[in-house]
Amino acid sequence: MQSLVIVAHGSHLNPDSATPTHTHADTIRATGAFDEVRTGFWKEEPSLREVLRTARGDDIYVVPLFISEGYFTERVIPRELRLEGWDPSLWESDGISADTATLVASDIDKEVHYCGPVGTHEAMTDVLIRRGESVTGDPSVGDGFGFAVVGHGTERNENSAKAIEYHTERIRETGRFDEVKALYMDEEPEVDDVTEHFETEDIIVVPLFIADGFHTQEDIPEDMGLTDDYRNGYDVPATVEGHRIWYGGAVGTEELTADVVLERAADAGADIGNAIERVRQRTKPTTGAAGD
Amino acid sequence: MSVVEPTLSETQLAAFREQLADGVIDHDGLAADYDADENAYHIETPDRQTTVSADGLETVPAEQAAYITNWYFYTQQVGTEIKQAFCQWLEQSDERPVPDRYAALESGIEREWGQLEITTTVSTDGTRHYEIRHVDDSDAEASALTAHTDPFDARDIGTLDADDRYRPLRTAPSLKQGWIFPELSANGVYDAVEAFYPATVVNWYREGRGELDIDHWQDEQDRQSGIYNLITVLPDEAVDWAAAACCDDSQCLKRREWELSEDEPLDADGGDGVFPCRGPCSMVVAAGREWAKLEREDSQTYEFELTPTEKEQLEAIIDAVADDELDEIREADIGNGANRYRVRYLREKRFDEDGNLSGTPTHPDAHDEGPGDDDHDEEADQN
Ligand code: SF4
Repeated sequence: MQSLVIVAHGSHLNPDSATPTHTHADTIRATGAFDEVRTGFWKEEPSLREVLRTARGDDIYVVPLFISEGYFTERVIPRELRLEGWDPSLWESDGISADTATLVASDIDKEVHYCGPVGTHEAMTDVLIRRGESVTGDPSVGDGFGFAVVGHGTERNENSAKAIEYHTERIRETGRFDEVKALYMDEEPEVDDVTEHFETEDIIVVPLFIADGFHTQEDIPEDMGLTDDYRNGYDVPATVEGHRIWYGGAVGTEELTADVVLERAADAGADIGNAIERVRQRTKPTTGAAGD
Repeated sequence: MSVVEPTLSETQLAAFREQLADGVIDHDGLAADYDADENAYHIETPDRQTTVSADGLETVPAEQAAYITNWYFYTQQVGTEIKQAFCQWLEQSDERPVPDRYAALESGIEREWGQLEITTTVSTDGTRHYEIRHVDDSDAEASALTAHTDPFDARDIGTLDADDRYRPLRTAPSLKQGWIFPELSANGVYDAVEAFYPATVVNWYREGRGELDIDHWQDEQDRQSGIYNLITVLPDEAVDWAAAACCDDSQCLKRREWELSEDEPLDADGGDGVFPCRGPCSMVVAAGREWAKLEREDSQTYEFELTPTEKEQLEAIIDAVADDELDEIREADIGNGANRYRVRYLREKRFDEDGNLSGTPTHPDAHDEGPGDDDHDEEADQN
């Protein structure tokens, strides 16, 4: 019997913080690829400390719903899950290449497969693009469009910027968009000046964030000039200095993120049949694209 | 004698035979084995012993059939030991033998788990059915409540309270009313309870087996890193205040089992909840961090001018906030110290233009700004 355990940050203040975790858990549960799908949180319940005891599988896959490798994936989660003998070097990662490590969790005296974060998996690139499609309502969007991937910057975590660069490069390699750039909240090139960084009239802007919150819903829209006051909302697209900005909000809320969770577990050896294909189908935006 | 007249289905009989082909059954008052020489089954229940031939199994007396359906339900239809233990608790299986239990289940056996009222009923084949509603909706007509079938809906029901405020602590006694899960299976009731009150069943189960692992406050302190390191400087007596403030039954339905350390109990009452709390939760740790900051300040002597009634009024205001009674104070109840008009009057009379009580500055030397707010960035943490 196989269990999937999605671990995430959660919040004491923001009820939406856990929403993507629950939504993706539901999506995966519906595929039947795992006998059970459990969720655990740093700030909510069940806590990371108690989540493993709620899982009863013989094969347990733990996937962190975090964007980058760092303090949480390397220290907090392994410590709270009580992964015996954990050391970040087990991932043999260069900061964005963590895949999986198998260790005994002393809470349940069983081995668990501890996977790298969803944010650095290559499949996350597809989710960013999918968000571009869903925010524009156009499944073939690309021509004439710029694409900005937004992150915090290196101030807090060097790996966070690595993840941004990685996906930016991968989107660029598809050749689908006219221009693709990485922008940051707290360093150059800054998201505030988004229009200065693009020639294209249309710019898709997607923060590589797990959940919506203060930064993605208040800071970034105001900083880009989509609105003077986030409480009044903003248009999609919003016109700023002659550019149309298609702002997508946190990519982690895109339903296809469930696919990345599955990919992580599959990379760690989970037998998930054709669940990935089904999730890809199921989460396709139904918003009628222009010209369809 | 049971009112429910159990009937054994082909599937149940097949499972029974299969089990006895491999060994014996000893479950909840039922003992059975298969005698290959005589090609017969020996079935023993508390008040009866029978031997039936292999093809006469359908004819076992109703009372024994009840035991067999009970065995079938628990061993074949309920997933894990934890779920079995929970479902047995729900129907108070240790208090009545199966026939009496079936009689009681016919009208439903109700149990409370936090603010959940869970009612178990049984159908003639022994399958249990579970209904969950809010304890305060106990007498409501089911049709007046919003019906849910997906156990995971419980998660959303529990996210906001009746005033749409976020409930970061799922076990706070602030679950909203007005919903019902009219028909859940054993697996469904477990999932729903888990979604309302995560990990409570498994910890209750571990406790029942004497295996609950408790993380005391000092264990928690030793483990914390990063910004939560601060809690290591929280004085011991403050831990008692924190537990009294947060873990009281009026604030959290878990029964606090953690103490300062294994051999240093706290004075605060742990509460009477059904399910245990095995370690300081993230809310209490986060609050502890805040209090650790505040406790770094030294006490000072201030001089305030207040009438005796005004002093009592300040106490009444603190009580009203701490006991969450502000909403209950009527608009014109000027006699209540925490009444808004009374408080506004006090402010007019006793605050100076800078908001200082009795004109007494908080920091007479004006340097010390008090403990700064270095709140961290939750959203950035996960990104
Ligand atoms: S630490 Fe206190 S408030 Fe937190 S869950 Fe336990 S009993 Fe409840």
